[in-house]
Amino acid sequence: MDFANFGVVSFTKQAKVAPFVDYLDQGKVMATECKQCGKKYFPPRADCPYCLSSEMEWVEIKSKGKLLTFTTVNYGPSGFEDVAPYSLGIVEFPEGVRVLAKIRKKVDVGDIKIGMELRVVPVVLSEDRFAYGLEP
Amino acid sequence: MKEEVAVIGVGQTAFTRNCGVSIRELCFEAYREAVEGLDLSPKDIDALIIASAPEYDKQRTPAALISEYLGLTPSPAFYVESVCSAGTTGVRVAYSMIKAGVHDIIVMIGFQKMSELSSRDAAEVMGRGDDTMFSSPFGTTMPAGHALYAQAYLHKYGATEEQLAKVRVKNSHYGALNPKANYKKVLSLEEIMNSDVICSPLKKFDCCANADGASCVILASAAKAKKYTSKPVWVLGVGAATAELNWSVRGSNTSFLATREAAKTAYEMAGLGPEDINVAEVHDCFTISEILAYEDLGFAKPGEGPKLVEDKATYHDGKIPVNVDGGLLSKGHPIGATGGSQVRTIVKQLRGEAGETQVAGAKVGLAQNVGGVGTYPNVIIFGR
Repeated sequence: MDFANFGVVSFTKQAKVAPFVDYLDQGKVMATECKQCGKKYFPPRADCPYCLSSEMEWVEIKSKGKLLTFTTVNYGPSGFEDVAPYSLGIVEFPEGVRVLAKIRKKVDVGDIKIGMELRVVPVVLSEDRFAYGLEP
Repeated sequence: MKEEVAVIGVGQTAFTRNCGVSIRELCFEAYREAVEGLDLSPKDIDALIIASAPEYDKQRTPAALISEYLGLTPSPAFYVESVCSAGTTGVRVAYSMIKAGVHDIIVMIGFQKMSELSSRDAAEVMGRGDDTMFSSPFGTTMPAGHALYAQAYLHKYGATEEQLAKVRVKNSHYGALNPKANYKKVLSLEEIMNSDVICSPLKKFDCCANADGASCVILASAAKAKKYTSKPVWVLGVGAATAELNWSVRGSNTSFLATREAAKTAYEMAGLGPEDINVAEVHDCFTISEILAYEDLGFAKPGEGPKLVEDKATYHDGKIPVNVDGGLLSKGHPIGATGGSQVRTIVKQLRGEAGETQVAGAKVGLAQNVGGVGTYPNVIIFGR
């Protein structure tokens, strides 16, 4: 799949990390790990700036992580007018990566608390559009 | 005092919601205020630096157009960009070129005419200032980015939304005294606390507003500065740094680490510390940004920023006056024009020309101007 199939609004068509979207389709949210130095990356990268290697492995983010911070957006930008209000959060995972994403509406806005445990899961927006989100 | 490169002229237009003039006419107004009284003719000016965020302009490559309108051709004109800190990036480039001996006198003009876009379109443009692959597709905005810092800060230090609002109380007090400010209303704590929530915990009055405007800073070598003005304001230190564009990969959610880096460089170059600063302009695009700036610039320890404004230490007669021109919160924030406006305020303070907001005896001033969500900070220290 193209990277254009990612997100409510997409700004990028092609990318070396486009298989990320295929993994979402398979129900997995993946980070990348440099085969040479072992550093893990999210957002996933095709290239490691430290050892200049492009030998990357896809690794799944399966664990629950801790919510570091969040905000509820009441006024969305163009393309998000009808989606607002929505909440964004940053979660730190034991896999050694942090993820910024929407907190899914399964959590009431009033129940969102810093430190709460959340997982990152694929979100199917339509037949061929995917994203990922945070949920308990 | 290090006498190498000086600011010899500053100017700005009023910042307004809709300026009603073209970009070239806007820039001319700022330029005229800066050169007035300097006995400087176009042939004396060696280069023109233009700073703005190009995505707001229909005009592509405005540098030559503005050069033409100001009568500065054939001197070289070029463009710099670092979103909201483009103006101080322009000052930094001008400083460097003069110090290197490439040019003697450089005019820097920062501008933005944001009224060309609707608020929502402007928000979308700003959202694309985040990683367009992994952040923008979630509907990120500038207020959302700063709100993530605000939420983490309030949680970590037990600070309150009222404490954030007190930054706006102060800046609205000074905005009312600044004839160039867009927002001149004095706001009460209640009005701020009761305003609409934009991105929790930030409310409408915790946020600065888009504006139209231009600013101009003229810099010169020591010899030329002394020829053209009896009140040169010297550039003592310039610091800059860049943070990761993705907020999630940064080392802190409660401090803008890049500002700390930029400040360290600027203080070291000037041979000064935070205790030596008499007056400061900081990038208060949101109330939380001013609190973080207090701490990242060393005016307060981590977690103690709110106390500075509560104790009125950042009012013009306090220990470390900050944004006594109303700040971005009350002046308005025409992206490319903001840095030059901050420099103008510091220069006027150091020249003793700040009227009723004058900080008595101010000798050393600092401007912190930040592009994005803590992404491109410039810290510049000035002295007389």
